Amino acid sequence: MKDDEKTIDEMLNPAGAENEFLTEEYYCQALPKSVQPVANKIVRKFYNWAQANSLWILAFGTGCGSIELPPLFTARYDISRFGLFPRPTPRQSGVFIISGYLSVKTLKRVIRSYEQMQNPKFVLALGSCTVNGGMYFDSYNTINRLDYYLPVDVYIAGCMPRPEALIAGFNKLKQLIKEGKAEGANKYAENFEWYKANQKKIIKNWDMPEYNW
Amino acid sequence: MASNKWSENVADIKSEAKEETRKAAVPHAPEAFWTQEETFDLSSGKYLKIWQGPQHPGVTGNMALELVVEGDIVRSCKTHVGYLHRGFEKLMERRKYIQCFPIVCRICVPEPDTNEYLFAAAVEELANIEIPEKAAWIRTFVLELSRTASLTMGLGGQAGAFGLGTIGQWAVAHRDYILDLFEELTGGRVYHMYIIPGGVRLDFPDGFEDRVRAVLDKIEHLIGDIEKVMFNNSVFKARAKGLGIIPREWIEPFGITGTTARAAGAPLDVRKNNPYLVYDQLDFEMILGSASDVYERTLLRKEEILLSIRLIRQILDRMPKAGPVRRKLPNVLHWKVPSGETYVRVESGRGEMGYYLVSDGSEYPRRVHVRGASYTHAMALLEHLVKGISIADVAGVMTSLQTCPPEIER
Amino acid sequence: MKDILTRLDSRFVIERKDETRSNLVFITVKKPVAIEVITYLRDYEGFRHLVLISAVDYIERNVFQLTYLLHNYQLHVDIGVRVEIDRQHPQMDSIHHLWAAAGVYQRELHEMFGIDFPGSPHVAEPMILEGWDNIPPMRKEFDTKKYAEETYFPREGRFKQDPREVMEIKLYPVDTEVKYGIKQVVRKRRGH
Repeated sequence: MKDDEKTIDEMLNPAGAENEFLTEEYYCQALPKSVQPVANKIVRKFYNWAQANSLWILAFGTGCGSIELPPLFTARYDISRFGLFPRPTPRQSGVFIISGYLSVKTLKRVIRSYEQMQNPKFVLALGSCTVNGGMYFDSYNTINRLDYYLPVDVYIAGCMPRPEALIAGFNKLKQLIKEGKAEGANKYAENFEWYKANQKKIIKNWDMPEYNW
Repeated sequence: MASNKWSENVADIKSEAKEETRKAAVPHAPEAFWTQEETFDLSSGKYLKIWQGPQHPGVTGNMALELVVEGDIVRSCKTHVGYLHRGFEKLMERRKYIQCFPIVCRICVPEPDTNEYLFAAAVEELANIEIPEKAAWIRTFVLELSRTASLTMGLGGQAGAFGLGTIGQWAVAHRDYILDLFEELTGGRVYHMYIIPGGVRLDFPDGFEDRVRAVLDKIEHLIGDIEKVMFNNSVFKARAKGLGIIPREWIEPFGITGTTARAAGAPLDVRKNNPYLVYDQLDFEMILGSASDVYERTLLRKEEILLSIRLIRQILDRMPKAGPVRRKLPNVLHWKVPSGETYVRVESGRGEMGYYLVSDGSEYPRRVHVRGASYTHAMALLEHLVKGISIADVAGVMTSLQTCPPEIER
Repeated sequence: MKDILTRLDSRFVIERKDETRSNLVFITVKKPVAIEVITYLRDYEGFRHLVLISAVDYIERNVFQLTYLLHNYQLHVDIGVRVEIDRQHPQMDSIHHLWAAAGVYQRELHEMFGIDFPGSPHVAEPMILEGWDNIPPMRKEFDTKKYAEETYFPREGRFKQDPREVMEIKLYPVDTEVKYGIKQVVRKRRGH
């Protein structure tokens, strides 16, 4: 039977799996692998240059730092001058701005969004609260340091950092990428168990696959 | 004209679904809102469950809507908050009164000054501190300026939710002018930590008033432009008119306040009804609407921006030019606030915002409860409001309530 | 406001009245009549706006104090109805039949203080926290700093200074040297 002959009901509920939501079919359980840089020096440099100049940002305002993102994207600080652009879905984006403190509930979604992003991917942590908890160091619901849960490439300190500081942070990230030093995603793949153990320590109701991309 | 016909047709198609829900909804007894819940058989293939947020560009801030849709029409909605919970109320219980000041402004990001003022006013009321006259005027000025900034950005967000991206660009860029003023006055762009118990931290810098007036002219000009391209835009009219109507009867059970209530014709404005600071000396009228749909609410917010601008001009004209801005406090490190309970409220950009402060006579507050304006707007009201509208309009309705998640969960 | 209080006095037993300012009064009533008082205020005195429902934890007296703050649209006055409930078995009647928004407040109180409101819609569903398995966080016996230090990974190098001691050392160097000893003062000046 061809696909177009099937009714919608049959396509939604294939034989043998009636009324059963097949979660596993939607996720790939393969664990992440670290990607080695290209051996050829010239090609590698070209790759890094290309990566550094098309950083697409995931538009996920995780905390109060997201109030400085609209000025960054719009006329005054116009970050598209630097090849940066907000994208609505993790599949299309390469930079994750963690804009401020992360509550445990958000961290779960952040991890999931981060793992759905395609390589090469980078994390830019914004604000003092991602460095050491900042103002919320004694809060029962916010994490203290982000680098225990996600690999951070660049920290931008401040509460809250100005758009200029963000631009400086992006320039730093670009510089790191051009030098081939922004290896956050590889670090995540290599120390995967350690990161997962930390994440599972605070996310009590872990109902996600190990790695979902 | 062809464009008008087209928009009428669109309105016709959309009004069917709206009429349907209008008839089904509007229960008058409060408990009816809760008994109405229906269950949907998701395995039937007729309904689909989708999540809007927390990672979604059409959601204001970091919150999530769990929608059950039938085709394009939303059948039920459940709001999920708590993504921004930092436990402010708990943190304040283990900080001294003066140490609370850096963190209160973080509760609401677009409009931090209302929080600073409210906490300062609550502490002053319990400790019986009178503030100098000039400080009261400056506080009113700061509150109105931050209202303008927040409403301008809200207007841009409202336009963006209906696909008018240009206005979003303009509004955010013009908000930056106001942020520059704040930076000059307070030293901070977003968080100011300017209003402290006993007054404000600093006086106006030299020549500040002229720069404020220049910025106000710019904002006024922007509003004129927005009037042309947004409120006369046939797409915006077709989509926003008749969308998300809040009946007058819903105001009491949901505790709706602020611009959302005034768009429904309810005369609820804290500045007029319970005047605080110098609002009783200022000359202004409450702006009321009647249609109570998204278009009306947006229109009313535009008028509110103009009102704020007029108020700021009045304040600049009439405020005392000299005098102290701060009263000397007792040693704040040993400061024990007398025991008592109080509630102070303020008219923020989204509605009534209030602080309930309980002191037991020690150096630490016993309990601080922050009543955010969008607490019930975004939780209970939104769930009922989006029923029967199409998925594309959910973002528009949500923005029109000026939802601010950080003040829901604190 | 005074008339309202007199009428309330004639109908119910009001244990305590605290007038914070001319348009804000807090009254304390017993738990069994609390809902009756609130319903009376809403239906007969025009307090149609529920401003907030809040709870205060008085751990030393072993009670939770619930505060229902009501607002009158016409007179622009507020009245706070305080009810004390037992801390061991915190339970209170729901008022979601009076205000639809009350359901949200009660859901939050259930989560943050562990106060039960039987019959309130979705009251047992977690609203703000997710996967919380400790005692409700807003209770006084819950130490948020200790919890944060144990659960999250604090970065080293963060130290806390007691502002009172710092200022004392700064302002009265000689006195504090006598009081704490020179070594202690020098160490505190360096910030350790």
